[in-house]
Amino acid sequence: MRGADFVVKRVLFALGTVFVAITLNFVLFRAISGDAVSALRCRQCTQEFKEYQRRTLGLDKSKWEQYTIYLRDLAHGNMGRSLRTEEPVTHVLWEPLKTTIPMVALGTLFAIVFGVATGVIAAWRRGTAADKGVLWGGLGFYSMPPQWLGLVIVLFIAGRIGLPTSGVKDPTLGILSDPGFIEVLVDRLEHMILPALTLGLVLFGEYTLIVRSAMLETLGEDYILTSRAKGLKNWSTVWRHGFRNAMLPVITLIALSLGFVIGGAITVEYVFSYPGIGLLVVEAIDQRDYPVLQAAFLLLTFSVILFNLVADLLYFKLDPRVTE
Amino acid sequence: MSPVQTGAPPVDETSSPTRSLKWRAIAAPVLRNKSALFAVGILAVFIFLAIFGPLLIEGDPKAKVGDVFEPPSRQFWLGTDGGGASMLDLLIAGARISLLIGFCAAAISALIGGTVGILSGFFGGRTDTVLMRTTDYFLVIPDVPLIIVIAALFGRSTWNIIVIIGVIYWTFTARLLRAQTKSVRERVYVQRARALGAGNTRLVVRHVLPQVTPLLIANTVLLIAYAIFAETFITFLGLGDPATISWGSLIENAFKDDAIINDAWWAVIPPGVCVMLVVLACTIIGQTMEDALNPRLRTGHLSVRRFRVLRPKEQQES
Repeated sequence: MRGADFVVKRVLFALGTVFVAITLNFVLFRAISGDAVSALRCRQCTQEFKEYQRRTLGLDKSKWEQYTIYLRDLAHGNMGRSLRTEEPVTHVLWEPLKTTIPMVALGTLFAIVFGVATGVIAAWRRGTAADKGVLWGGLGFYSMPPQWLGLVIVLFIAGRIGLPTSGVKDPTLGILSDPGFIEVLVDRLEHMILPALTLGLVLFGEYTLIVRSAMLETLGEDYILTSRAKGLKNWSTVWRHGFRNAMLPVITLIALSLGFVIGGAITVEYVFSYPGIGLLVVEAIDQRDYPVLQAAFLLLTFSVILFNLVADLLYFKLDPRVTE
Repeated sequence: MSPVQTGAPPVDETSSPTRSLKWRAIAAPVLRNKSALFAVGILAVFIFLAIFGPLLIEGDPKAKVGDVFEPPSRQFWLGTDGGGASMLDLLIAGARISLLIGFCAAAISALIGGTVGILSGFFGGRTDTVLMRTTDYFLVIPDVPLIIVIAALFGRSTWNIIVIIGVIYWTFTARLLRAQTKSVRERVYVQRARALGAGNTRLVVRHVLPQVTPLLIANTVLLIAYAIFAETFITFLGLGDPATISWGSLIENAFKDDAIINDAWWAVIPPGVCVMLVVLACTIIGQTMEDALNPRLRTGHLSVRRFRVLRPKEQQES
């Protein structure tokens, strides 16, 4: 059967990457001077508390022993406890994850829809003012640091249209009365829209440039010339012959850009005090709460590996020419 | 003229080998392209500022010379920041660190990526498998979280940041250089030199390196943009060197000192615009050079290319 080989190969590769990430995660956090506990910064972190943490983390054992313990714990889904609050890290991650996903999804969706639409139009109308506008606009957004764009949006736009610029919900909501479902939903969306827009605009810049180039390249292929010569309508050529083929590489490139999406999400959440994974990472960095940072790193890395795998398999499913 | 396509004539693949570096091949497409020329101008201005900037500033750029968040005036062209220091002076001082990080980190990436790519492409076989497998793994692991984690563990000095960024961004370069080296290795004159008894070292240094260096340079220019970008991330999260001034740290300070609440747009906008201009300039220059140099990226009768630095699928197969 076509594909069984390919699927197995890609899944094995993804698992290999997961293992590399896990090992990297172990090595990096053990390579620091001192150990994970000595840098801890919080009010209740006394010397005794640090000693206690060192023992519970097994830092007094040999490196190899530590590594096997780390792998075994991870296999059981045990990522340790936050050094500050003693809460299991998996619990610490859960709420922020639920907050982040809709925001990032909204931003990415916005970027994909507008990026693809403008990219296709620019390639179709190559050399016109519309094309140049899209090209320079795309390059402009692509070059902006996301955190800076966030600040600019807060400075110039947020106040004028009256959208909240921090947090995930209105603190006064639900104090006097029990808010309805719609009310809560609207409140959440209002808080989500600016961070999502910031992330979306930066990604839009990247996506529109990718789509435009992929589309231009496809429109230069011989089969496009053939379909024109056959007398197919312009629209049909661009859409059925050009667009569908151009989207294949775009899938891979979008999956590869996910590392960047995550980086952008971290700084954007920080700007908008949006209590997701990004803000959690910033806090963990600030307090040197390494177990939380480790778990967040693994979570982000696994999600990127997973999306890359999905993109690979999707590419394979859509493009019968891939035989590898 | 648009920055993403150029009308450079195709490189003649069968031409006799040139042992010297083809500087003209690098410069010509940039000089012919209007927007690339403009980008070179922008970059030149910033490089000038980075080198001679400190001579233009009197005293310590961080010194309090005016009120907190003073709007732009004749005395302070870009106003003052949250510490009462002149924004213009800070910007000029920041150019040096930002560009230093950009150029040095890109150089480290190019060195690692170039070495891995050339060795992998030239020797093939088991060397290739091992090196490329490693590269593939690092290509998928998301760069920004990795940079943040390493910076959180080791960071807080400019040289640390340079090394961290440098050792993360080599994967794209390695893939690109591998593909190019493989095609150079198969060319007739390299085969001929080998038949005449040239050793591997000589082949790589005298014949392969001059052929792939232009592409490496083009790629390095693109990497500068990545590195400057990464620096703003690291610094914004409070992991930068607290003693130095960079554009990233100016954005961070504006955020931390509540420039937003004070409505001090002059403290927020300029550093971001500087980052944007340099990233834009490097992207345009790098793309223009790469377009002209990399025959793999020129396909069909309309010479256009994909936007990103590499095409993972195609290069894997090559």
